[in-house]
Amino acid sequence: MADLPLAEPTLTRSTLLRGTGALIGTIAAGSILATLAPSRVWALELTSLSQPDGETILSFAQVLYPHATLPTAVYAFVVRDLDKAAAKDPDLAAKVHAGCGSLDAAANGSFAKASPAAQLAAAKSIEGAPFFATVRGTCITALYDNPLAYAHFGYEGASWPRGGYLHHGFNDLTWLPNPPADASPTLGSL
Amino acid sequence: MASFAHDDASVAVIIGSGAGGGTLANELTQKGVKVVLLEAGKRQSSATFVNDEWPSFSQLAWLDKRTTSGTWRVAKDFPNLPAWTCKTVGGTTTHWAGASLRIQDHEFKARTHYGDIAGASLMDWPIGLADLEPYYAKAEAKMGVTRTNDNAGLPGNNNFKVMYNGAKKVGYKKCSTGHMAINSHYRDGRSGCLQLGFCFQGCKSGAKWSTLYTEIPRAEATGKLDLRPESQVVTIETKGGKVTGVVYVDASGQQQRQKARLVAVAANSIETARLLLNSASNEFPDGLANSSGQVGRNYMRHLTASVYATFEQPVHMYRGTTMAGIVQDEVRLDPSRGFVGGYEMETISLGLPFMAAFLNPGAWGSEFTSFIDAYSNTAGMWIVGEDMPQQTNRVTLNHDVKDANGQPVPNVHYDDHPNDLAMREHAYKAGKAIYDAVGAKKVAFVPPYPSTHNLGTCRMSEDPKLGVVDKHGRAHDIPNLFISDGSQFTTGAGENPTLTIVTLAIRQSDYIADAMSKQLV
Repeated sequence: MADLPLAEPTLTRSTLLRGTGALIGTIAAGSILATLAPSRVWALELTSLSQPDGETILSFAQVLYPHATLPTAVYAFVVRDLDKAAAKDPDLAAKVHAGCGSLDAAANGSFAKASPAAQLAAAKSIEGAPFFATVRGTCITALYDNPLAYAHFGYEGASWPRGGYLHHGFNDLTWLPNPPADASPTLGSL
Repeated sequence: MASFAHDDASVAVIIGSGAGGGTLANELTQKGVKVVLLEAGKRQSSATFVNDEWPSFSQLAWLDKRTTSGTWRVAKDFPNLPAWTCKTVGGTTTHWAGASLRIQDHEFKARTHYGDIAGASLMDWPIGLADLEPYYAKAEAKMGVTRTNDNAGLPGNNNFKVMYNGAKKVGYKKCSTGHMAINSHYRDGRSGCLQLGFCFQGCKSGAKWSTLYTEIPRAEATGKLDLRPESQVVTIETKGGKVTGVVYVDASGQQQRQKARLVAVAANSIETARLLLNSASNEFPDGLANSSGQVGRNYMRHLTASVYATFEQPVHMYRGTTMAGIVQDEVRLDPSRGFVGGYEMETISLGLPFMAAFLNPGAWGSEFTSFIDAYSNTAGMWIVGEDMPQQTNRVTLNHDVKDANGQPVPNVHYDDHPNDLAMREHAYKAGKAIYDAVGAKKVAFVPPYPSTHNLGTCRMSEDPKLGVVDKHGRAHDIPNLFISDGSQFTTGAGENPTLTIVTLAIRQSDYIADAMSKQLV
């Protein structure tokens, strides 16, 4: 499972500026995720991507996998994973930088600041590019394999620590009738 | 546990410790045969299995590089991962879901009953259901299959409730929690099912049968088993028309040579064929046991499509047994549907990480995310159907790409047969009808992903010119070489293959022990 990118809000600006940039945001007070994160304020320090490229990737991820109420903090995982990978791989760093440039060019300026329709059109225009595939693939593993996403989408993750679902709702569905015992026996003693 | 010398030529060497190899090792050691069991992967346990899809995949899956070709979608979506099998002690029995179904009599005689299907290399098996029935009974008893012997069926989970209610409304009659090699109650020293989910990630309660904690420890207890994990065989050696031993790479990367009285290969269909082909020599220039030219051909993988549907109300499909129930009405011979062969519909669930990866590989945008948004209200089923054997669907050696041991990797070529496409289309509609009947909002037809059912690359035949092994899994060309996994399957049938692989291994062990006592091998 992915680590939380969320830092304590006590980080000073000078600390953050030791990196190449930083993405900062807040999780809405009403979100169930606010209870999981160490703080409602989240910050992601970039180590290889530039600040503008980080913002472009963040927007790009939201265009590729739009979820109306998924906090931006979860999309920041995509930026974090690409930033980490680019730090170790100069070719990838160059590909990401050039790709962000191609998105800006397709959006006639700043992809991050373009309208949703212009962003979608820009994304479609580079669909066959290796950069597109890299970011898309990173989205799949970064967005949907972390505790914030589990909570948001209603997946409960590891069940072994609480003894499985046997006594935790494996058959608690009530909007359909229960199958008869010959098809689905009621549980005797284990 | 025993330790035999590398130059001990009296041992039986078994390659692979899964359903075929692990079972054969236990059966032979129980009969007093000395066995060296070579397993490419590491030894895990219920304690080390993890309830986390990607880390578990890294722990258990066979991730050695492979290549693909052909028009199947897997070649595009997963070009280096044609199959989802395992590299670990217990093999793919750590990952399988437990469905344990007997092949039907007419399926053993596919050529007779299906007729001459253009492009398909259908052939009757040299054995029928009657030959296997006593051994199926032994396998079911050994594995604790539900609804056999005294084993009660498992209780159905939420995913099954959706399937069952939809199936009944559509008019299907054969829907239940099925025949599963999962304990519904404490049995044979292992617990009853805790409805953990994560059947694919190795069963942490041990309720699901796996050779890892049944056959293999029992074989070790005989004092006749020398299990060597992290030992990957690269070639089988021969002299004078017989197998003399194997060369393998051990955990430290050193090549070792183990002498053998006989060798049984149970490395799963892709690796088994690769190994025979990679063992080509002056004596057998086309690879071992390949005078028929059939080694690697007729590769089958079942239909492996899925149908997921979203509903107004919660389902939480991931809770409980992954393959919680089955509809069996469509696994019948009825060419009026537009195809031969049949298919099973079995519940399936994926956790959020794998749902995102497999729902529609490569997809993006709001249509895709609408399914993810409805994850907790989603029900799912998997289609297991008989795909046609074809001469051109085959495993070959890719000499342009080498693995960590410097060996050519296997290339897996597959094109869907028109019969496969027709069956898949029918199954998608049938699955949709089941879910529509109970109020589905949206239905997704999930394309085939890397298959766990890999079959047919060393097919069994009566005539040595038409296949690789005889009805006991013995190579037609080499008297002391056996194939002991799903590679033997002459045709794929519509059932999950593990029960039949175990059954064939039990039967083969009788044949081997008898042949040894008569000094025939």
